[in-house]
Amino acid sequence: MIAVIDYRAGNLKSVERSLKKLEFSCCVTQDRKEILNASRVIFPGVGAAGKAMSDLRHLGLDRALSEAFEDGKPILGICLGAQIILEKSEENRTPCLGLMNGMVRSFPNPLVAAATGERFKIPHMGWNGIRLLRKHPVMEGVKQTDEFYFVHSYYPMPASERQVIAVSEHGIEFPSVIGFRNLVAMQFHPEKSGHAGLRVLKNFCTWNGQHVE
Amino acid sequence: MLSKRIIPCLDVRNGKTTKGVKFKENLDIGDPVEMARFYYEQGADEIVFYDITASSDRRDIMIDVVRRVAEEIFIPFSVGGGLRTLEDMRRVLLAGAEKVSVNTAAIQNPEIIAEGARAFGSQCIVLGMDVKKVASSPGIPSGYEMVIHGGRTYTGLDALSWARRAEALGAGEICLNSIDADGTQQGYELSLTRLISENVGIPVIASGGAGKVDHVYEVLTAGKADAALVASIVHYGTYTIREIKEVLHQGGVKVRRTWI
Repeated sequence: MIAVIDYRAGNLKSVERSLKKLEFSCCVTQDRKEILNASRVIFPGVGAAGKAMSDLRHLGLDRALSEAFEDGKPILGICLGAQIILEKSEENRTPCLGLMNGMVRSFPNPLVAAATGERFKIPHMGWNGIRLLRKHPVMEGVKQTDEFYFVHSYYPMPASERQVIAVSEHGIEFPSVIGFRNLVAMQFHPEKSGHAGLRVLKNFCTWNGQHVE
Repeated sequence: MLSKRIIPCLDVRNGKTTKGVKFKENLDIGDPVEMARFYYEQGADEIVFYDITASSDRRDIMIDVVRRVAEEIFIPFSVGGGLRTLEDMRRVLLAGAEKVSVNTAAIQNPEIIAEGARAFGSQCIVLGMDVKKVASSPGIPSGYEMVIHGGRTYTGLDALSWARRAEALGAGEICLNSIDADGTQQGYELSLTRLISENVGIPVIASGGAGKVDHVYEVLTAGKADAALVASIVHYGTYTIREIKEVLHQGGVKVRRTWI
């Protein structure tokens, strides 16, 4: 059973529906026990880091996530869930979960390309490519030309470059897939990214949580 | 770099698309769920639904459509038409839409934009704009005026200042429809699209006027649009989405080209 963590942050239904399409059973839950009994955990989320962190703490899910991580369960962070696994966010200087070393950074605003003077809109919203820097079982089979659906104004920046699996470009280059031990996280929404996204989700659902850095 | 998005638009009344649509394969489809799936498999980047159901007591039919679409397609889609309250928005989003669009309701009550953005996030809130070209005047300095009731009623609102105000209130995207160009198949209103797109910091979807693939190319380049809404040219099978994207790609426009 896959636990999809529910902390009132965004559209969990779409994650649930895509898992159903892939024929994996899941439960959308805020129950600590259910999370710790699950074989793997998906940590989605949209919205503001501060609100998300206070809701997580209020529900005691910050500790449940840490325990699941220490247990070695495969964990997938999506969008805001790929950010607040780091130590701290520039979004109102919010202290975060710290499962991984690093910071959540904001895009410079205005975001202007030095060479062309072109202005990039914030939030970064729409389809964009990724450039894989290293192999990861969850990204297996992703084609160079595949694109994914992003909606965000902040991005995750792990302390170690070795934890950056893929990068994307929007005015600047930023990490779009990061990984550390049994934790993998993506800034885009695989559940909204068509077949390429479903492939990544399916990979996660069969991943054993092992990954050589 | 972001890809320019190609977004088919489906008008839905009482749970059926308003036109039975002939595709190249000669299918005749009037079911919004089937059509959404067809365009999803063809490489649409997003889908827009307008609910033009007249009576509000039949709105539940649309919620059911949204729910079924969400089970079939795994790209973002938005729903507009008749959404007046936060509760209306919540129902559509919970049923599985990624975004809601408000048009007349926002002109009548601009606060709905701010309330929606606070409750669900700016990325969920699309401002639909119906615009007509008028003589430039102190009240309408841009020469483009907001209209409602399908263009029959002028509101006295300047389109550019309304777009900026909506952005400040928290709209996350603008779907910009030129009433003058709509249905003509003579091309999008490029100067309007460019004016709005260059003066707001949120993405602009151009709507109205596409008759051939060159029009789509123009609005995404000269018109500075982030996305193009397409209706007749894909519904009538003139082009497939793949063909449109291929032409755009040849012309140097970045589009998403793999989806299988």
